[in-house]
Amino acid sequence: MGSIISVKDMCLWYGNYQALKDLNIEIPEMSITALIGPSGCGKSTFLKTLNRMNDLIPGVKISGGIYYEGTDIFSNEVDVSHLRKEIGMVFQHPNPFPMSIYNNVAYGPRTHGIKSKVQLDEIVEQALRDAAIWDEVKDRLKKNALGISGGQQQRLCIARALAIQPKVLLMDEPTSALDPISTSRIEDLIMELKKKYTIVIVTHNMQQAVRVSDYTAFFLLGELVEFGKTDDIFSQPKDKRTEDYITGRFG
Amino acid sequence: MRNRFDEQLFELNREIIEMGSMCEEAIACATKALTTGDLEQAVKVINNGFVIDQMERDIEGRCMKLLLHQQPVARDLRLISAALKLIKDMERIGDQAEDIAGIVVFLNGRKAKDMELIGEMANEAIEMVTSSIDAFVKKDVELAEKVIAQDDVVDDYFSQIKDGIITLIAEDSVDGEFALDLLMIAKYLERIGDHATNIAEWVIYYVTGTHPGRFKNDMVRGG
Repeated sequence: MGSIISVKDMCLWYGNYQALKDLNIEIPEMSITALIGPSGCGKSTFLKTLNRMNDLIPGVKISGGIYYEGTDIFSNEVDVSHLRKEIGMVFQHPNPFPMSIYNNVAYGPRTHGIKSKVQLDEIVEQALRDAAIWDEVKDRLKKNALGISGGQQQRLCIARALAIQPKVLLMDEPTSALDPISTSRIEDLIMELKKKYTIVIVTHNMQQAVRVSDYTAFFLLGELVEFGKTDDIFSQPKDKRTEDYITGRFG
Repeated sequence: MRNRFDEQLFELNREIIEMGSMCEEAIACATKALTTGDLEQAVKVINNGFVIDQMERDIEGRCMKLLLHQQPVARDLRLISAALKLIKDMERIGDQAEDIAGIVVFLNGRKAKDMELIGEMANEAIEMVTSSIDAFVKKDVELAEKVIAQDDVVDDYFSQIKDGIITLIAEDSVDGEFALDLLMIAKYLERIGDHATNIAEWVIYYVTGTHPGRFKNDMVRGG
């Protein structure tokens, strides 16, 4: 399987503090890559760097390169909003806009210039279907999105991300605020989505990484300690630091 | 960190070692009964059989609990899954020692000239069991590999003893039932060697993550 994102010798500083050190990683296409590691290890920073969300933070300096489908995402020719259309993001807490379910999903396509009602209807339905929430909300598309449950809101946010047809979906602890049933729905959904999308997910839930991901990257103190197939990482990790962390004996 | 889990794993290790030494003792006693005609030893093995069975169930219960409570990964998962497999082999070793003891009681002190060879075979099998448990305790892959190689020696003994019994039958110097009992004992010892080999293989899996004779990670891929 080819890689869709290549990271080469990437370093990131917040002012004087180096948060990411010489990262080299190839994110495999149409698969799920889990980023694990203790708090502050840089995994979320790394995730946000992949669609340049860190550009918004003052004092951030980046060296090295990240190549999305061969193009350096930091090059001047790259349009950041186009990059974020290709590489979408879902956050830890569901954050629907305070508007109708329909408008939440239609928001992205509208900002990218789609005005036709017929076309928008199609996109909204497809995105909600892909996010496995269509059957639950199809009769109340005009209702406020804040009125649905947390698990539904998170799937709505996934639908909103899918509506602009990205190729990569970045997820930052997407189930940490959800109950076990909603969590398992999202996990099923993530595994379904990899048929069409590449997914990179940050998770603190080790069992979730084992259950859903194909590849796992273990971060520690801003370094990528180990990257490999999830089954290998969780059955016979090569690095002692990985073993100590995943078996809960870190420190 | 994970102190309680580590304590439980330590306890699991201790119980496996204890069960292993019970098995060693069972074969040693069964062999002694066989070679010396000491029926008391044989009765002891038969009476202790249920203790080994109970230990298997206790360890199994502990492993299930650890899987449920701790959701282990990596070396912890390998230890617990290897433990679940190797206690089954230990329990079978105990059963076979018991079967040998049963035959010894039935033979009631009767001996044959092939007994010496059976004694040698038994010593070899005991050594395999002892080494396989040692290998587990010391996480010693080299010793585990030695046990696996030693299985050929035990198999050779079985062939020799079988040939000897065939000769005895041809010479008409032994009755059919006695000949079959001797063959059964040799077969039980041969099976004990196989179970020790299995234990050694699980030790290698526990230490390296690769089970000999299987492709890397077959276990986790359900292959």
